[in-house]
Amino acid sequence: MEDVLEIAGKKINNRLFIGTGKFSSYQIMKKALEEAKAELATVALRRVDESSKTENIMDYIPQNCSVMINTSGARDAQEAVRIARLAEAAGAGNWIKIEVIRDNKYLLPDNIETLKVVEILAKEGFITFPYMSPDLSVARRMVDAGASAVMPLGSPIGSNRGVKTRELIEIMVNEIKLPVIVDAGLGRPSEACECMELGCAAVLVNTAIAVAQNPPEMAQAFAQAVYAGRLAYLSGIPAAGKFASPSSPLTGFLREAKKS
Amino acid sequence: MDNDRIKKMLININGKSEEVKIESNLTELILSKGLCAEKVVIELNLRIVPRQEWKNTPLEEHDSIEIVSFVGGG
Repeated sequence: MEDVLEIAGKKINNRLFIGTGKFSSYQIMKKALEEAKAELATVALRRVDESSKTENIMDYIPQNCSVMINTSGARDAQEAVRIARLAEAAGAGNWIKIEVIRDNKYLLPDNIETLKVVEILAKEGFITFPYMSPDLSVARRMVDAGASAVMPLGSPIGSNRGVKTRELIEIMVNEIKLPVIVDAGLGRPSEACECMELGCAAVLVNTAIAVAQNPPEMAQAFAQAVYAGRLAYLSGIPAAGKFASPSSPLTGFLREAKKS
Repeated sequence: MDNDRIKKMLININGKSEEVKIESNLTELILSKGLCAEKVVIELNLRIVPRQEWKNTPLEEHDSIEIVSFVGGG
């Protein structure tokens, strides 16, 4: 079945996006991206350190995988805009995951600052993906401001707690015309599958893959779960019922007396 | 002029005060730090300086510079 996610003219077949943080090495990260056949990966921007002299993460991103820069580290709109512009100047393209966080305990996003960033960057031609708490009103404002997708969190970043915001994400899927991409908190493939069954356009997973004992195989497991969930959603999932409904015919039982 | 003493000035690099040779430019700065030019972006006093301008961009005392590159991140 042809099922393509199109964002800003780019056609994406694989609805599992992968974050590149926390891998034990760039080699393992590359293997995971390859095994999952990832088409979109996020990277971050930081001040250079000693490791900048030897390794460049961009050399380890497979050729058919695009990158999206995240503005992690930004504490307000101004810092996020600055990071986005730096990333573009560095030749990383104009796809930006906007992440503005002031809270270090739960790493929950600041929706108001994030909205300001979308307003500024979308006007400059950036393709923006705001990472946000799942709030329908703010999501609508993100749409009006020119966002290309919205990225509600499933649960706090790196917590592996799953889709705790399920009800709110369902509402966003029903009401927001843009792709809804669940980002953060997905700890196992079944949770990624759950998001796709709800009708999310994609999911972004990092920690659960990066810190697995075998990241390349976990990446594959997530990719398959995302595919399964998507296929199920497209196939029309039947409603749950209160009582049993037999799967086998209700006639022709052995105990039935033959009518002569 | 005393040739043994190279004149230095203070600039701020990634939040740290550092001494660099006076009259050096951005290309020289990146080379002196052992960084690979293709892998980094420079912001000088909050303005992004395109790579092709590095050679002709001299540093001045108290300049504030950010040198950044890509890392893994979600």
